Amino acid sequence: MAEATQPLMVDLDPAEVPLEDIDVSQRELWEQNKKYPFFKRLRDEAPVHYCKDSEFGAYWSVTRYEDIMEVEQNWQHFSSDPTIVIQDPEEDFQLPMFIAMDPPKHDDQRKTVQGVVAPANLKNLEGTIRTRVQNILDSLPVGETFNWVDKVSIELTTQMLATLFDFPFEDRRKLTRWSDVATGGPETGVVETEEQRREELYECLAYFQNLWHERVGKEGNDLITMLANSEATKDMEPQEFLGNLVLLIVGGNDTTRNSITGGVLALNENPGEYAKLRNDPTVIPNMVSEIIRWVTPLAHMRRTCVKDYELGGQQIKAGDKVIMWYVSGNRDERAIENPDEFRIDRKRARQHLSFGFGIHRCMGNRLGEMQLRILWEEIQKRFHMVEVVGEPVRVPSNFVHGFVELPVRLHPL
Amino acid sequence: MPKITYIEHDGTEHNIDADVGSTVMNAALDNLVPGIDADCGGECSCATCHVMVAENWMPKVGQPSEAEESMLDLNPERQSNSRLSCQIPVTDELDGLVVQLPEFQF
Repeated sequence: MAEATQPLMVDLDPAEVPLEDIDVSQRELWEQNKKYPFFKRLRDEAPVHYCKDSEFGAYWSVTRYEDIMEVEQNWQHFSSDPTIVIQDPEEDFQLPMFIAMDPPKHDDQRKTVQGVVAPANLKNLEGTIRTRVQNILDSLPVGETFNWVDKVSIELTTQMLATLFDFPFEDRRKLTRWSDVATGGPETGVVETEEQRREELYECLAYFQNLWHERVGKEGNDLITMLANSEATKDMEPQEFLGNLVLLIVGGNDTTRNSITGGVLALNENPGEYAKLRNDPTVIPNMVSEIIRWVTPLAHMRRTCVKDYELGGQQIKAGDKVIMWYVSGNRDERAIENPDEFRIDRKRARQHLSFGFGIHRCMGNRLGEMQLRILWEEIQKRFHMVEVVGEPVRVPSNFVHGFVELPVRLHPL
Repeated sequence: MPKITYIEHDGTEHNIDADVGSTVMNAALDNLVPGIDADCGGECSCATCHVMVAENWMPKVGQPSEAEESMLDLNPERQSNSRLSCQIPVTDELDGLVVQLPEFQF
């Protein structure tokens, strides 16, 4: 609808386009990775910016770090209901999930599951993760070009997710598929039709309902047993169960997957930083935070204004759609020194927006960091370089900020 | 200058002199006390500056605000004496304060 009347941003000069015409939501900007100059223009000239028409309707863009923080902290004005993405939910296919709820229901449901990724539990998982990382890295084809996304990023995160759900290991690639289907649609090419998308998500629901029924009344530390036996979640309707599954699958999948890939790309684009890593592997924990800032695997979160509010001098009205662009706040020169430089020894590298802030802050953040840390520790024990040998293929999405393909070649030590 | 003692999970003690007007979080960061991440920089928005206040100091330190409570409440390891150290201003009344650090920040 909007495409017919709106100019295509990728064809325009970000410095010349009239401010009111800027629409940073267009897929082409993300697929071709041309969004950053548009965000810089907004940060400098219209940090709280109204786009009156787009494929997703009218929306506000919040692009500076401090303004994003203000919205994050104020759930009383900026609700997560009915959804946390720019695209409105389909009226006949609602997927309630706790990330898209406000207190108190949000808090009750989140508390049910967050123990599984609490640091105390992670300590028990560290050995398992390391063994898996070693197995994955030792099975890679040395001397051949292969897709890092498929053989490493997806494989590692999917194995992890299968463990958290206690999901049948041999079927684990179903989780990858359901994650892609949940965040994509016919427009991204992941399915042919919306009907096909819903059908596949119902297969996901049916599969998990079987696991649920097996685990009612049982003890266990996996997510399904927790959901099936907690007061806050045991009576969920099927759509709400599916919604929360989608949340946990996407949360554990798309995010770390793209940080794993984006880190390899960033180190290749910054050979000086790769050299620093070789000289001093103790920088890895700090590098992990910098990778997560640099990649910003989820580009935005959306809120819906429920009470009129003034932000950055703009009047936001109840009912307005407000997009917090993490991908822009993480490059805000007002909050982060030389934000367009990838520096693995950056000071205060943990101060980035990629996990969000406030009551919806990412609950799996420590698990994601741990997977990246172990992966890089083990890569450095084996390879002089993971060399990028072709152009990355990016996901055409303004939400999942990631990669479909990254061709690489390994250079053993 | 008020003195504050931070006790790490393994028992290691750090005794530091804090500036009045700082916070228990910033005093730790300024004096390189490990175990406080402070991801949001002191905005009560990440809960990675979690400390447990020694019980006898709780009356002077006081209870968390509603906003702090909503962050603390999401931490499965929170205790009755849990506070976010960014929300505790350093004052002369807190001279001698003792806080315990958790094994992990969430």
